Amino acid sequence: MNYPDIIALLPLIITGVTAVLVLIEIGAFRNHRATVVLTLIGLALAFAALAVSWPLAPRQVTPLLRIDRFAVFYIGLLLAAAFAVVMLSARYWDRRGGRREESYPLLLLAVLGAGILVANTHFASFFLGLELLSVSLYALIAYQYTRVQSVEAGIKYLVLAGMSSAFLLFGMALAYAATGTMSLAGLLAGATNPAVPALPFYGGLGLIIAGISFKLALVPFHFWTPDIYQGAPAPITAFIATVSKGAIFALLLRYFIPLGVLHVTPLYLIFVILSILSMFIGNLLALRERNLKRLLAYSSIAHMGYLLVAFLAGGQLAVTAVTFYLLAYFITTLGAFGVVSELSGREEDAELLDDYRGLAWRHPWMAGVLTASLFSLAGIPLTVGFFGKFYLLAAGVDARLWFLVILLVISSAIGLVYYLRVVFALYGSPEDPLATGLVITPAHRPAFPYLGGIVLAALAALLLWLGLYPAPAIRVIEIIARSLF
Amino acid sequence: MILVWLMLIPIIGGVLAWIFARWSLRLTHWISLAAMAAVLGLALGIWGQHWDGVNLSSHGVWLLMLDKPWIPRLGIRFLLAMDGISLLLVLLTGAVGLLAVAASWYIVEKREGFFYFMLLWSFGAIVGVFLALDLFLFYFLWELMIVPLYFLIALWGNENRRYAAIKFFIFTQVGGLFLLLATLGLYFAHGRLTGVYTFDYFQLLGTTMAPALAFWLMLGFFFAFIVKLPAVPVHPWLPDAHTQAPVAGSVDLAGLVLKVGAYGLLRFTIPLFPQTALAFAPAAMVLAVISIYYGAILAFAQTDLKRLIAYTSISHMGFVLLGIFAWNTLSLQGALLIVISHGITTSALFILAGVIARRIHESRSMDRMGGFWPVMPHVAGSGSFFAIAALGLPGFGNFIGEILVLFGAFAVSPVFAILATGGFVLSVIYALRILQRVFFGPLTNPVEPRDMTGLETVLMGASMAVILWLGLYPQSVLNRTESAVLNLQRIVHRAMPTAPATPAAFTGEKEAPHELP
Repeated sequence: MNYPDIIALLPLIITGVTAVLVLIEIGAFRNHRATVVLTLIGLALAFAALAVSWPLAPRQVTPLLRIDRFAVFYIGLLLAAAFAVVMLSARYWDRRGGRREESYPLLLLAVLGAGILVANTHFASFFLGLELLSVSLYALIAYQYTRVQSVEAGIKYLVLAGMSSAFLLFGMALAYAATGTMSLAGLLAGATNPAVPALPFYGGLGLIIAGISFKLALVPFHFWTPDIYQGAPAPITAFIATVSKGAIFALLLRYFIPLGVLHVTPLYLIFVILSILSMFIGNLLALRERNLKRLLAYSSIAHMGYLLVAFLAGGQLAVTAVTFYLLAYFITTLGAFGVVSELSGREEDAELLDDYRGLAWRHPWMAGVLTASLFSLAGIPLTVGFFGKFYLLAAGVDARLWFLVILLVISSAIGLVYYLRVVFALYGSPEDPLATGLVITPAHRPAFPYLGGIVLAALAALLLWLGLYPAPAIRVIEIIARSLF
Repeated sequence: MILVWLMLIPIIGGVLAWIFARWSLRLTHWISLAAMAAVLGLALGIWGQHWDGVNLSSHGVWLLMLDKPWIPRLGIRFLLAMDGISLLLVLLTGAVGLLAVAASWYIVEKREGFFYFMLLWSFGAIVGVFLALDLFLFYFLWELMIVPLYFLIALWGNENRRYAAIKFFIFTQVGGLFLLLATLGLYFAHGRLTGVYTFDYFQLLGTTMAPALAFWLMLGFFFAFIVKLPAVPVHPWLPDAHTQAPVAGSVDLAGLVLKVGAYGLLRFTIPLFPQTALAFAPAAMVLAVISIYYGAILAFAQTDLKRLIAYTSISHMGFVLLGIFAWNTLSLQGALLIVISHGITTSALFILAGVIARRIHESRSMDRMGGFWPVMPHVAGSGSFFAIAALGLPGFGNFIGEILVLFGAFAVSPVFAILATGGFVLSVIYALRILQRVFFGPLTNPVEPRDMTGLETVLMGASMAVILWLGLYPQSVLNRTESAVLNLQRIVHRAMPTAPATPAAFTGEKEAPHELP
């Protein structure tokens, strides 16, 4: 490893170093405000370091990591999302009190793991990144150990994620047995090499897909999602929904798009089935949900199904479409969970639909952000989600996946029902007997009085701006999509 | 830039109306009214410039055009253009918008600022839909139009508003997504053929593709537009949405949203897929005839006044569908005239239904009406005027439109024309039933004996003048739309492998409509 390698890795290194520094700071003197500030500075520096890595890309740093433009973009996206999550957490933990400082180094480690995932080109770094992300998440989900739901969710995630890791490892072992290599390049060579035995190779890939599907919560690997979304503290839920899933999807793009999944019928069929099941079951299960966090969990299942449609299209347009959609999804989901997090009280998260009845007349700006987010999830114009959905359909139509795009259209019509139900509740009469009349809880001693508002305003502005003029984002994403080919 | 202003004035007006509602409701009302008056005024100004009809040789059919890049990577442009048809429909938007704003003056009692914001944004989007000629921009505005209407129904609607609002949203959204799929299909087909990936309407015209693909894409466009029109069997959203919406929402829906469907068929479905669409015309005309009868018969069975008016819209839109798919100068001009007169007539009827409802404790049930003529003579007089206009009596705009459609359709298919004529009989029945149930007979139910307010009188008077003008001197409208209609026909004609079977007189190539009796 030489000097340029270190420069290329600088964003990841800074993230890791910040985690250590924050731990030392907590050990020396426990102070929530200092921890938050230090974490934010670290993330901001890591983000700034991307500018240094960008000119070096593409660069293979050890056999484990490849810092190309694709990786740089995704690391930037993850860091930005983490930045927003930390700001939301600061407000959230301000209200909760208790020992809250350790959640920040855990968040930093999780981002580091996610960053390794999007840059990995080797099974070793794949597994390392995944476990770093997962193990941090076990602790983060169960962080509020006084809440039963939180602990339950943590244990559930631990057991199921452990199982999925086992699938993944076995799949890797099979692929290794078939090709004799653990690197992505070797895997790609194996896909075209007739000497490689097909059954263990594709069987191994199938098991890896199962492991990935678990992390993405694709049906039928989705059972953990609603409970964990509900049980985890609201900012952590936002983190799982964005950073964790986004990193895994980036990995899916890096491994399976160059592999040409479209040409291998069994793998292709697996993805088609996962996609259709996720779209429909996710949307149908959300229909009867009366808990906003669980509703968004089911909706996220459906959205991962939508993403698979574009993914199946293959080629550069698919990478562009998926990346743009993920960008849109990050902004939107952070906005939605940001509102949930801001409204959460000292004891419980604001998660019941009844909490949100008539919110528009109590907190018009909060309701406005949530409305924009829900419309963005539904793909309505003037929001970034509109262009996201447009891109997905464009990729699907370009690859002539008519059957899948029509199913996408039908299932997103089902999705509309529950998004509109929430919107209807938001603007419902304040005298509704079901309404709990939830209002924002003031913190004991607010360390960061405006932080939540700033985050939400920025996210809403981004959501609308990209919904009106996405051209610059599209230009960047097209550049980074090219680096995978 | 004037095209952008036509869109922006309602949008900015809506924001201002919302902001000022905090301090002064009166100001909110006047801002909203002024915004729509400005749209109407601008459109009338353009209309006045082309008083002698649009001259093809000097101007081309496009009166105004604006073309700016928007998302160049995807070939998406901000392309607005106005020909005689768009102008007429923008004019209608201004007029109906003015009616809707004025009709809400005393009715909306909660969250007025937000109400006018949503109302004006829906008009802004609708103006945009009539002007957009980049297919992506069109789809964008098409979808944008739904959101304010959803809020109008969901927040200010009647007792069953949630159901109606979600139903409306889902029907139109599914239609919209199929429109998007078809647009994308066309985009990629054109891109693969020519190497130019664009959503530009002018470039996409005349794209050649496999007949099977063309058929499915045409069906996507057709489906999206008949959902909005609506035609049987994709109409179920309409009765609920119209009935549950507040007065301004019903006016908006009936006066404009349905017309957007007609406009889409006219502007996109047939010109983009000429051969396939015209081969498909018999099927569309069957749907049209079914809609004419279905709407009329169901209208007859209603006891809810607003629901009755809603069903008559389905019937009238059946004539529009018939006229568009007959595709000759007469029938197209007729369809446009129906669009305009139906927009005004139905808006007026919905406003009157609102006026009556306020006198009988917000009821729409015709069982609680009857014998209102002596109690509110002006309401009754206007109601009779518009009911008779709707049934298609000569002298009113609706009559000219429907008769032109029937003339045009007869040239293409006498069977459909004769069948559709039966719709006239049914429309007489339901229109007279409104009069008898609401205004005539003994006064048996309690009613607040109050006639129209001054404002309502002005609205009704102006609407009556327009309908009479259209009925007595339709030539003034036909002159302006003629060149645009001829241009659309030329586009389609060029794409046909052989000359059409219809006589030249009816395709309008030689003979203009005003030379016919």
